[in-house]
This record gives sequence, C-alpha cells and structure tokens, in this order.
Amino acid sequence: MTLYDSTELALRNLRESLLRNSLTTIGISVGVASLVAMLSLGIGLQQLAGRRLQKSGLFDTVVVSSRRDLRSYNREQEENGPAPAESPVLDESARQKISQLPHVLEAYPDIRFITQLQFEDKPHLSMVSGLPPSARSNDAFDGMQGSFFSAESAAEAILQKSFAEELLGKTPKAGGDDVNVATLARPLLGKKLVMQYAERTASTAQSGGGDNSAAYSVVSHQLNLTIVGIADLDPDSMRGPTRARVFIPLGLAESLHVMQPNDLRDTTRSAGASAAYTTVSVRLKSPKDIPVIEDAVKKMGFNTFSIIDATKSLQQFFAVLDIFLGIFGSLALAVASIGIVNTLVMAILERRREIGIMKALGASDRDVKGLFFAEAGAMGIIGGLVGVALGWTIGHAINLGTNVYLRRLHFPPEQIWSVPWWLVIGAIVFSVIVSLVSGLYPASRAARLDPVQALRYE
Amino acid sequence: MNSSTAIHTDNLCRHYQMGDTLIRAVDGISLQVRSGEFVALLGTSGSGKSSLLNLVAGLDRPTSGKVIVQGRDLAELSREGLAKHRLHGVGMVFQSFNLIPSMTLMENAELPMRFAEVDRDKREGLARKSLERVGLSARIRHRPMELSGGEQQRASLARALINQPKLLLADEPTGNLDSRTGAEIMNLIREFNESLGMTVVMVTHERALAERYAKRMIFLADGKLIEDQPNATPTGASRGGGL
Repeated sequence: MTLYDSTELALRNLRESLLRNSLTTIGISVGVASLVAMLSLGIGLQQLAGRRLQKSGLFDTVVVSSRRDLRSYNREQEENGPAPAESPVLDESARQKISQLPHVLEAYPDIRFITQLQFEDKPHLSMVSGLPPSARSNDAFDGMQGSFFSAESAAEAILQKSFAEELLGKTPKAGGDDVNVATLARPLLGKKLVMQYAERTASTAQSGGGDNSAAYSVVSHQLNLTIVGIADLDPDSMRGPTRARVFIPLGLAESLHVMQPNDLRDTTRSAGASAAYTTVSVRLKSPKDIPVIEDAVKKMGFNTFSIIDATKSLQQFFAVLDIFLGIFGSLALAVASIGIVNTLVMAILERRREIGIMKALGASDRDVKGLFFAEAGAMGIIGGLVGVALGWTIGHAINLGTNVYLRRLHFPPEQIWSVPWWLVIGAIVFSVIVSLVSGLYPASRAARLDPVQALRYE
Repeated sequence: MNSSTAIHTDNLCRHYQMGDTLIRAVDGISLQVRSGEFVALLGTSGSGKSSLLNLVAGLDRPTSGKVIVQGRDLAELSREGLAKHRLHGVGMVFQSFNLIPSMTLMENAELPMRFAEVDRDKREGLARKSLERVGLSARIRHRPMELSGGEQQRASLARALINQPKLLLADEPTGNLDSRTGAEIMNLIREFNESLGMTVVMVTHERALAERYAKRMIFLADGKLIEDQPNATPTGASRGGGL
C-alpha cells in the first residue's frame, strides 16, 4: 500500500473513533505545548540577557586602565605584573601602542567629567563624556532623534533622554508611560547648551624645583554647545561612556584638556607630559580576539577588563536552564506517548476483525503496520501543530502576565519569550518521532495478528 | 499435476493444540482441483472444511503436507508471499460478508486495489464496474449497514473479483441469507465460474445447495476426505433457478 493510501485510511480510521483519538491527540498537544512554552521562555530569557549585554557594547571591547589607578577593575591582576608605582602611565603613547596591536579597530580614551551645564539660564549638573566617531554605529544609538556629530571637534552635544527630560522640566514618573524621544527632541534640537569646564594647562611659573617640577593651572572656561541629538540610552547600562547623560565629540573633549579626576592623584606628574587617561577603551574586530588582546595589553603593564567571562558563564547557565526546561517539557510528552500506545492497542482490539479482513484481502504485514504507523504519525502531526499553537499561546500569555506584573512594579516591559522557527519545526518533528516510536509496538502487534483468529473474532 | 491443476494437496494436515488435546482439523487430505471446476466442500460443523479452505486461501499454514495452489507451494511462501497470494491469487467471500462497516461499497471494493497499489485514477472505474456486474451500481455510496444481506454479499463478491483472481473461495456464502437471496448469490458465483472460467471452491453444509450448483462434491468428516463424487448435471443449472 502506498504512503498516500495508508495516510488516507489512517485519517479515516482516526475519524471513526473521533472522541478517543481526539483525547489522545489533545494529550500529545499538551505535551508539545509544555515543551514549546518551557523552551520558548528559556530562549526568550537567553535572548533578553544577550540583548542587554549586546546593548552594553562591551562584547567586543576591552577596557584598559593603568595599574597606577588603585581602584583598578580587577584586583586579581595586581598580584601579577609590575608594582603600581613602577607601572607605565596610560598616556597618549600607550594608547597609540595599543591601537597598533593586531585585531584592534580603535583605542580611544574615556574622557569623562562632571560639570555644570546651563540651559536657558538654568544650571544642571551632569557627567559629560567624549564619544568616538565609531559610536555612530553603536546599537545604543539606534532610534536616536536628530543627528550624530557633524565633525570630530564640532561644538555639539547629544543628550541622554533623562537629561533631556530634566532640561524640559519633565520629571519622569516611575512606572508611567515612557515619554517619546521624538517629543523630547522637538523643542531641544538646535538649542544652545553652555558647558562650564576646568582646563588644565601647564603653568609657566617656576616654583624653585628642578626641571621636572610639575606646575599647572586650572582655568575655568565656558563653551557653547549645540544640541544635535537625543538618544534613548539606558543610563544603567554597563558601558562606561553611556553612564554619562551628555555626550560631546571625543576630539573636542580631548582638545579641551579638561581636568580629569586622576589628575588630582597625579598631581606630582609633570604637566608638560602628554595627558594621562583614566581608562582607554579598545574596540576589537571580533569578541573572539578579546583574550589575545587582554594578554598583550597586560604584558604592557596595564590592567584590563572585559565581560567575555561573564558572557561565557551566562551561556553555560542558559544551556543548563534550557536542558532542564526541555526535560520538564518532555515529561508531559512522555505521558502523552503512553496515551498513544494505549489508544492504538485499544484500536487493535476493536478493529481485530477489520485487520483480519484486510489480511484476508491480501494486506501484507507491512501494510497493516504502515496503517497503524500512519495513524500514530497523524496523531503526532496534528498533536504537534495544535501543541505548538497552544505552546505559543501559553508563552504569549506568560509574557503578557509577566509584563503586567513588571508594569505594576514600575519596570519597563520586556520580551521574555521567543518562539524561533527551529523550535516550531523541532517540536512538530519531535512530536511525530515520539508518536511513531509509541506506535511501534501496537503496529507490530497488529501486523502479527493471525488472520484466521482475527476473522473468527466477533 | 499439470498447468490445468488449480489446487493440489498432498497428505495435508492442520493440527491445533488446545490444552492437552490435539485437534486434527485437517488430517491427511490429498486432492486435486482442476482449473475451472466448481467444487463444493461438504461436511458437518467441525469436519474441517473451513480449515481446508483457509489453507488453500493462504490464511493459515499446514502442520504438514503440501498445498500447491496455481503452481505455488504455499507452505514454502513467506508471510509476504502468502499476502501476495491472497491479494492476486484468490478472491474470498464469507458467510458474514466481512465488509468494513465504516467504508462505502465503493471503498470496500477498492480496498484490495489499494493493497495491490493500483493507480488511483483506475481504481474508481474498476470498482464501479465490478459493483455494476453484481447489480449494485445504485448503491456504491452506501455503507454496508444500509444494505440487505444479499446486497452485502454481492458487494463482497464484487470485492473478491476486483484483482481478477483465478480462484474464488466461498465459505458458506448463503449461510446468512434467505433462500431466494441465496439463489441470487449462487447464480452470480456460477456465472463467474462459467463465463470467467474461475475455479470455485465453496464450503457449505447444505447438500442440496451443492447438488444444485457444484460440479463436484467433496465430503469431509473429522478432518478426513471421506467421499469425492462428481456431480455431472447440477440440478439448478438453469439461470435464475431456485434452491
């Protein structure tokens, strides 16, 4: 008998005992649904964590700090390498050296300072940070209103959303609806922002010391910035620069020689020497280059930090979570498979005579086996399809419920649930395989039936 | 045995073990049936006539001895081979019709063609033709339960002929029918025997029926062949004759 005929007869048989077969199929559906719902939540959570990390921009970045900075990122590193006092200064020449390492796209200093900004005669305090031109392509600036800096040293500023709200006197309500960035941008773009800053300049005054005497002046300046963009950046992001709420071009920031926090710690250092940086961010071509670059930079006597280790353990965690969710989801399917065996064995008893007739008419063992297999497979496919739809609905409902809960706790909504195509297809295939395996025993039992006995059966 | 031999059995035995007792359903039967013969197997209940028919049909395997049908030694065929023999070599009708209740007559008649993997396009036409031949063209979309016993048996005859076998095996074909309907069925079987040249082996316990239609009568008792007599002039030879 051809597969088409087997399937056709199988579907007809399934229709004949509609209630029982429907209940069995619902059993499979519930099994598949639990599998899909569990895995879709696992995948969704993984993607959520991945998105968060991706947004941080730290996947392909190594942050280099001087060992002289005793607040180093990673205390363990202090046990190896030169003592802090003997370690090199993280200055322009060090930055250039790092930027020439292989696999490095760019190495730029993190210039950040807290200062006062005046908007329409009202003072505001904020962290200001320099942004390299490459930040233009950063995910973090997706959906930015306005435009990126027109030039490396343009007197322009991009504001973080919450700072824009502050400038407009709109205090964000906790848990309230998000204010649209576009509505914030309209009254602000093109407006002037006056930034006050402290410039560190080498002093010509001799203080009676030697040639290396460090003397410098701190001069207060004002700079008019034009607001060119409003970005919906996450102020809690792990990425250093985005903790600031006002961004200016890095070239401009460097040229201003703004007094940096570490200048105070380095007060004894010659002012004539090139500027020392708190940290330098090194962007790489690919995250896989991170260990190599970290090693190279450490050899130069600097401390490094990257979150590659954090993502590794995160991936491991989600792999384990997915396995557990998958196992729990599969349990329901295992129970459903017993239902299939039961239904088909019952069907054999009920259709004993029919099997006898078919054998008397010339059906081979293979035909009978194929028929029962097709019935199991059809229940598997239907159960799989309904199950995926049900699982999708359950996952969606859990997502909705979670977001309602999150909103009540004044957190922004999150997509914690995801049903990728491979899960849909995989779940259906898995359901069919489980059904076919469940059909093995009943099918071979039906095929072995003695036609003479079966025909005698009333 | 030559090419005109449809069935040849040699010391054919089929024994069953039932608890401590050995039941000799078929016990050393040797016989030959020529192609085109109309043979009636007669005997009381339990005489072994149905068991013999099952062996010839390939539904059962002999305990010992030979059963050669249309040149094939059934004892040597695999399960698959026996299925092929049942599919192409023989057509069967039963006392209880054995139509599949969930299928229409058309689907019932079509069923053996599904097993024979006949083209879907050809199947409907062949099934329709076969049902027309037994006078059921108006009933093809009905299910067996909606038909009379005689109609059901005619449908099962149509199904038995669908793969054009050379051998028709009938197990008490009129057992569940009144005499008038039974005669209609017997006339159809005789027509297949005469016009299509089919070999017919019919199991019955009604001697009168055998005398009317069969050309040879074989009597069985306790699994043994006790008498094999020709019936040169079946009394119901005329078409439409009653029982």
